[in-house]
Amino acid sequence: MNSSTTNIAPAHLAEVRVSFRTAGFAALAMFAILAALPLLTLVTGDAFVLVVATRIMIFALAALSLDLILGFGALVSFGHAAFVGIGAYAVAILNAYGVNDLLVQSLVAVAVAALFALVTGAISLRTRGVYFIMITLAFGQMLYFLMISLSAFGGDDGYTLPARSTVLGMPLLENNLVMFYTVLAVLVGAFLLARMLIASRFGRVLRGTRDNAVRMQAIGFSPSPYQLTAYVIAGSIAALAGVLLANQVEFVSPAYMSWQRSGELIVMVVLGGMGTLAGPIAGAAAFILLEEWLSSFSQHWKLGFGLILLLVVLFSKGGVGGLVKRLLGGAHHG
Amino acid sequence: MRGLLSEMLNLFLLQALNGVQFGIMLFLVAAGLTLIFGIMDLINLSHGVLYMVGAYFAATFVALTGSFVLGLLLALPAALLLGIVLELLVFRRLYERDHLDQVLATFGLILILNESVKVIWGAAPLSVPVPEALTGSVQLFGNVRYPLYRLVIIAAGLATAAGLYVLVNFTRVGMLLRAGASNAPMVSALGVDIRRLFTVVFGLGAMLAGLAGALVAPILSVEPGMGDSVLILTFVVIVIGGVGSVRGAFIAAILVGVVDTVGRTFGPILLRTMLDPSAASQTGRALAPMLIYILMAAVLLFRPMGLFPVRGAVR
Amino acid sequence: MLSIRKRTAGLVASACVATSCIVSPAAWAAEGKIKIGLLYTLSGPAAVLGEQSRDGFLLAAEKLGNKFGGLDAEIIVVDDEQKPDVAVSKARELVEREKVDFVVGPIFSNVLGAIVKPVTAGGAFLISTNAGTSNLAGAECNPDLFVTSYQNDQIHEVLGKYAENQGYKRLFLIAPNYQAGKDALAGFKHSYKGEVTNEIFTPLGQLDFSAELAQIAADQPDAVYAFMPGGMGVNLVKQYRQAGLEGIPFLSAFTVDESTLPAQQDAALGFLGGANWAQNYDNAQSRDFVKAYEAKFGNVPATYAIQAYDAALLIDAAVKATGGNVTDKAKLREALEKTPFESLRGDFRFGPNHFPIQDFYLVKVVKRPDGKYATEVVEKIFDDYQDNYASRCKM
Repeated sequence: MNSSTTNIAPAHLAEVRVSFRTAGFAALAMFAILAALPLLTLVTGDAFVLVVATRIMIFALAALSLDLILGFGALVSFGHAAFVGIGAYAVAILNAYGVNDLLVQSLVAVAVAALFALVTGAISLRTRGVYFIMITLAFGQMLYFLMISLSAFGGDDGYTLPARSTVLGMPLLENNLVMFYTVLAVLVGAFLLARMLIASRFGRVLRGTRDNAVRMQAIGFSPSPYQLTAYVIAGSIAALAGVLLANQVEFVSPAYMSWQRSGELIVMVVLGGMGTLAGPIAGAAAFILLEEWLSSFSQHWKLGFGLILLLVVLFSKGGVGGLVKRLLGGAHHG
Repeated sequence: MRGLLSEMLNLFLLQALNGVQFGIMLFLVAAGLTLIFGIMDLINLSHGVLYMVGAYFAATFVALTGSFVLGLLLALPAALLLGIVLELLVFRRLYERDHLDQVLATFGLILILNESVKVIWGAAPLSVPVPEALTGSVQLFGNVRYPLYRLVIIAAGLATAAGLYVLVNFTRVGMLLRAGASNAPMVSALGVDIRRLFTVVFGLGAMLAGLAGALVAPILSVEPGMGDSVLILTFVVIVIGGVGSVRGAFIAAILVGVVDTVGRTFGPILLRTMLDPSAASQTGRALAPMLIYILMAAVLLFRPMGLFPVRGAVR
Repeated sequence: MLSIRKRTAGLVASACVATSCIVSPAAWAAEGKIKIGLLYTLSGPAAVLGEQSRDGFLLAAEKLGNKFGGLDAEIIVVDDEQKPDVAVSKARELVEREKVDFVVGPIFSNVLGAIVKPVTAGGAFLISTNAGTSNLAGAECNPDLFVTSYQNDQIHEVLGKYAENQGYKRLFLIAPNYQAGKDALAGFKHSYKGEVTNEIFTPLGQLDFSAELAQIAADQPDAVYAFMPGGMGVNLVKQYRQAGLEGIPFLSAFTVDESTLPAQQDAALGFLGGANWAQNYDNAQSRDFVKAYEAKFGNVPATYAIQAYDAALLIDAAVKATGGNVTDKAKLREALEKTPFESLRGDFRFGPNHFPIQDFYLVKVVKRPDGKYATEVVEKIFDDYQDNYASRCKM
């Protein structure tokens, strides 16, 4: 019981390794299903599935980036939506100045997000536990209120994009199928990058710090630079999610960076099972599908949504991922 | 010139008083949250919802009894009861879990309680009239008048703060609370029924939040979701004050209240001395809502554990 | 206090949110049917506005025997959660999956801005029953968008004109610091030419207005003009009265209406607002509507309800004029533009930008004999009033 630290569940290392590999297979399965999804829509003729799936993958990308710092670095950021917002506004603001190229927009988004993460991360990492949660919230809120008062880009009313971004001058993203595969490609790319990072020496230091910061310091690692690097990478990936979100919705608003959104990202990660990289993808899917499904029953769907979240926590450990794992193979579980 | 200056001074004092009143209200919500956090190590996002429910209880009981005082007196035990029921049903199972499970579960609770309130009372905001005897305003200093009801809120808040101070510092329960905040396993090892202590603390925290909600019901809109914005402000307060410290929460609450209220009015005036009027009002508008977050970031930059870190919690 | 009846009404309505309302999606593509999607904010603090609009529309549908222009209607209700990106997703679902002919909604301007393109590009008509932003009335007007409410600035212009008429010389203006707040004060100053002693923008969602009220007390203006929608308005009005400022006339827009009056009650009595309709509006169809609405839902309708009700009548009249052909979009568009319908506001027609040309009134908060709080028409401020952006619209 230590009020100053956020005690991420101390998992058995062996279990972590097993689940890391299982998670890899799970992700592979999810990507395969996603890649084949357009075929299904050919059969059913219901192209709207692609719209929902694209939305899920965009939030999965943001949640995945959060998992990088939350699940592997024990850094609970409550301002992660700010980076999504930076990405979205990079598209809007560059569009206002006549720059519509997706690659340019993505580069600017990543650069600005990385800079923002570097500055705020350096300050935030002086704190620990709940103090870290709240200081990241503070920076997120500052950016949120800044965008609300920025009349030039619509303020709270938001900014309508006249069209989706172009790729080398071609309006490729206007096609929903191209949009879908672009998002899938970015998601798979980010997943592989994150996996490589976690498996590398860098990732081992990060995980070591999560499990026992004192020991890492004792064997000669100063954790801060590693945590800061992870924070910057996570912010940059989230900004890419913002670029894609702006393009999918063709509208940008400060609502993308509200604290509620940051909270929802945390919920997605925890719901899916953190520290697995595949979990957040499942979590984002579960979150958005539940929202879609429940809201079609009753105006008071949030009641059911809340109950489900509560029950998942009370009766499972490790979120939906953990639940599935236990249902499938209770024998493997320590 | 002197007239203008004294007018400015009056306005400043008035705004400071407004800030104190706002701060006191924040303190009532924050006191419970910081105790729950400090002692049970529980991140309770649903604390703001308890504040909302307090306001709804007050609205219901005031309408039923036709008396504000009776309504308030009924709302408090109702909030206490709800706190204890929630502790027994939900929170008891969360103490041993990690912080993120708590975030997920209490986020779920927010959704459940917000929506339940809408199902029971409807989506439209409710009203609680200011008690007849407390309407109107009183002469304070110079020609400055202040609403009587707000003075009563300040008084009630200060009395509660004093009561808490006595409870924490001079009673057996308080001793256990302080011991629990710095080392709960030790208290448990000494044979104290820590579970019952937790239930008591949780009920107390819920009642304090409910009290804040009931007290502000006559001046604020009683509506679903009213606890969400207060929740964030409350977290700001307990983090600035140092988690687990009731004294820290009190000072931080007043600080946040005053900085927010005074900064909102005098920030633009100050900016006008440095920038041209339109730029000043632009900047002022953008900065005003950020003030308390800037305050929090600044405090944490220099004191990463808040103003009054609870000893023993320091690693 | 809210009665049980209101809650059961809510449950009946919410049952229609269900996809189970949909009998058989494939069958609806056939002729002789019409599909309408209602997209409103039905969760969160602003849900009460969305509920009024939904109830208003469904009441009209009921009165029409669920037939629009002779076609059997299927109505799908969805919740935009007041989040623009969620709204876009829901709007696309309505247009692309459900293949609705009309999308009716939303409440908020930022949601409207987000859904115009997906709805109209998807081949449906969008009938906005509350939000009406200046860009959509002007340069970015859209042939497939019809607005049954007003252009946002107009309500503010009503109060500005009234302040001017009253000969007020010094005014204190207050609004939240977001786009609608800035537009509000700009709209007010469009028709008010006197001095502004102070212009304050408060942070969005501010709870406590004591700082601003102290400034009003210090300024002693001839009147105050406030734009404080939703819960913020409830707080401001209650605190304004408690600060003992009721001697200073309180002019406002979207701050005292039937959605907030249950919480403001006596504190709002005598406060002034602007509107295109109020519940004591003097014509037969309006009186019938108010009676039916209050009997069914147990609360007093605000303009949110009648603008949605009128949208239903508009669709009905236009579809009837085409002889029940909703597939010929050009013909249906022309019918929407030209076909007169029995608006609850009596005098109603569309301008070239598909925004209404209508009358505007000064309204005042009263306590009705039955004990309920409501707004009443005091005087007509503008006759056949058109917005200032219509000339910029090239359709």
